[in-house]
Amino acid sequence: MVTATKKDPVLVVVQLTGGNDFMNTLIPYTSGLYHDSRPTVGISEDRVLKMNGELGFHPDAGPLKEMFDEGDVAIIQGIGYENSNRSHFRAMDIMHTAEPLTIVTEGWLALAIRELDPAGKNVLTGVSFGRGLPRAMVAAGVRVTSVGDLDGYGLMTSVEAQEQRADELDVFRRMYTPMMDTTPALSYLQQTGDDVLAGIDQLQTVPGNYTSTVEYADNPIAKSLRDVARTHISGLGTKIFYTQHGGYDHHAVELVNHERLLTELTGALRDFMADLREHHASEEVIIYVFTEFGRRVQDNGSGTDHGSGGGAFIIGDRVEGGLYAEYPSLDPTTFANGEDLAHTIDFRSIYATLLEQWLGVESKEIVRGVYEQIQPFRAA
Amino acid sequence: MTTTDAGATTDIGLLAHLYRRAGFGATREQLEELSHQSYDDTVEFLLNPTPEVDLPPDVLARYFGGESPNSYVSIWIYRMLNSRCQLQEKMALFWHHVFATGLIKNEHVLSSSNQIDMFRRNGMSNLKDILLELSRDPAMLFWLDNNENHNGEPNENYGRELLELFSMGVGNYSELDIKEASRAFTGWTFGQPPPLYPHGYYPAQFKFDADDHDFGEKTFLGQTGNLDGSDIVDIIVKQPASAKFITRHLYNFFVADEPQVPTWNDLEPLDPQLIDEMSSALLDSGGEMKAALRVMFLSDSFKAARFKKVKSPLEFVVGVLKMVGEFTELRPGLEDYATASDAMGQRILDPPTVEGWHTGKEWIDGGNLTERVNFAAEQIGDGDSPGISALITRMIDGGAMSSPEALVDSGLDVMGQLEVDDSTRDALVKFAGDSEGDPEPSRAVRILRLIAAAPEFQFA
Repeated sequence: MVTATKKDPVLVVVQLTGGNDFMNTLIPYTSGLYHDSRPTVGISEDRVLKMNGELGFHPDAGPLKEMFDEGDVAIIQGIGYENSNRSHFRAMDIMHTAEPLTIVTEGWLALAIRELDPAGKNVLTGVSFGRGLPRAMVAAGVRVTSVGDLDGYGLMTSVEAQEQRADELDVFRRMYTPMMDTTPALSYLQQTGDDVLAGIDQLQTVPGNYTSTVEYADNPIAKSLRDVARTHISGLGTKIFYTQHGGYDHHAVELVNHERLLTELTGALRDFMADLREHHASEEVIIYVFTEFGRRVQDNGSGTDHGSGGGAFIIGDRVEGGLYAEYPSLDPTTFANGEDLAHTIDFRSIYATLLEQWLGVESKEIVRGVYEQIQPFRAA
Repeated sequence: MTTTDAGATTDIGLLAHLYRRAGFGATREQLEELSHQSYDDTVEFLLNPTPEVDLPPDVLARYFGGESPNSYVSIWIYRMLNSRCQLQEKMALFWHHVFATGLIKNEHVLSSSNQIDMFRRNGMSNLKDILLELSRDPAMLFWLDNNENHNGEPNENYGRELLELFSMGVGNYSELDIKEASRAFTGWTFGQPPPLYPHGYYPAQFKFDADDHDFGEKTFLGQTGNLDGSDIVDIIVKQPASAKFITRHLYNFFVADEPQVPTWNDLEPLDPQLIDEMSSALLDSGGEMKAALRVMFLSDSFKAARFKKVKSPLEFVVGVLKMVGEFTELRPGLEDYATASDAMGQRILDPPTVEGWHTGKEWIDGGNLTERVNFAAEQIGDGDSPGISALITRMIDGGAMSSPEALVDSGLDVMGQLEVDDSTRDALVKFAGDSEGDPEPSRAVRILRLIAAAPEFQFA
């Protein structure tokens, strides 16, 4: 038996944009208050996928329950922070920067990338799939790669004829060859363009290197996670991947929309793990699924408004599955603002856990303080 | 390759430069028309444009209206593309950069868009009026918590940023001045607009709450009295430090990239003489913005500063759209471009912090450079668009096909007399040589597309 070379840990972040309704994802189905508060969007006990005597999964989160039953899912119940902000943008910003009190611009993952690759040797250390870079991945001087669509990724993508495009990229390459004897600004631009080409050259090899028996569904999160899987399997040295799944702002018609989203999300997560396992590339990967806030306890007759006390998930083969932190209290006297679930664990505790225990990066500077960690990982 | 025009007196390249900076670009036809009058007259026209009557707000609202940020940004981009008052729109953007107010916190689009309308209305007036209206602007008051600035319990957020970021810059006042200024702005708040349902969208209105105002004696920058917010503004605009700080912002926005604002107290301006001249003009005129702008646009340093600035994402997007010549008339579809600058790092109406966007080369990283290049290549590569097809005709008629060098020089000429490094020009000439034998329009459009992808095209 040979000892496998230890692979570098990889973190895949999945952002659920809009504020996932944690109370309807992991449902306190025995609570009278739950059913009383949610005459419209409540899930009846007989439909809940029961986990234990009190909690159960949303009926369309079956794949998540399967993974949980296999011991691969750590559920962080009641994640949040003091005075949870109900603005989407601000709340997401807080999640991205790990700073609830003042507005800052450096993202927590970008700071981790700086630690993982201090010299910025690999432009693919951090890769985001989807349009635009999330602030979590942005900090001055940190080079990360942002990919809209892996199969169509590149420069001059509007040039359809392959030969023409190749010729024009050749010109691009010459124009962006870094020159020493020019202005600092132009030299910086040339260097940046050169980095982009380096990333593209590597990423373009990915689709051709990949085959799999796993058939992902046809939806955006499945597509993004498939892109992550393909890139990871290609071994380009990416340590932090970022993806987003939008549409969780269910003020209205929550039942229908949430069903679809959870079907897409949990199916994609299951397929992603299966794909990695098929390629013997799952041991070194964990997924962190988060959202900007939970939703109001009381429904509004169609959906739910912005609230607090959300939930997050850590998924992977090395995860010690189970429930972490406390489910937020359902006693109305404990509610935040008199109407929201109060958080039971600070989100920076989870960041510190992921940074220190998984990525091996010191967390104090990044989360701006010391937060008690959870222990969600098994030894290799 | 420069087209000859018998009546022309002003250099097209200089006018192209002026319009990239004082506006959002101009078509070649517009530049040729302007070349018949003196440069100084064109600057005067930009400073005192004939009133814009062709862009009635109600009509614009009918095409792009709605309550989303994208609707307002569409209307604003339409103005940038079509307004004769180019400098007025550019100054509105200038103040949006300096008085950065984020939708991220406000989440009230109408208040944010009203703030931009206010910048458009008074952005070229007197600094005193500008700061006074800013201090009464509901979006700003909420953004910097002045509604929480109470008699006996001052909140210093607005008072501090007014001095640090909006007028004087650090190092020119004391902590005590901040406290006293904050007291002077107590009670400057806004009334809540009526609820959305069933009333619809209404902007918040400024409100002075006398019961919550501190009428006590205050001492600010050496002056003592029962000062209120407008007295604070009066005192601020008379300070040489304010004139220097504001004109340095103008220089950074219009002339050449300075280091980021927090360094300004430690680093001298790139062009101290011009800043002195602009500051004097501002102070001597009692705060007239036009006086400082006039000195700046007429200066040799401005004229020599071609391609010394990295374009902001919005300048980049609007400049490309103007070149393409779409949306010269009202039609739907502009909304698709309202978010084009987001992916390049500039979400209009929503600067990341009160410090505003970091400018210069900090606009550029790998992701947003990719977005910029792909956006420009796609737009400029559309040879059927009215603007690009006109450029192609002009190139071919002007002899662009006589040699590879002529093709490249013609392309650079019609793209605003873009100046490029030898390495860029060599790469383009080689390509032009390799493409000999291809159809002429195709050769021309591909050269334009490649110029749009060049690193130098990122500069204004």
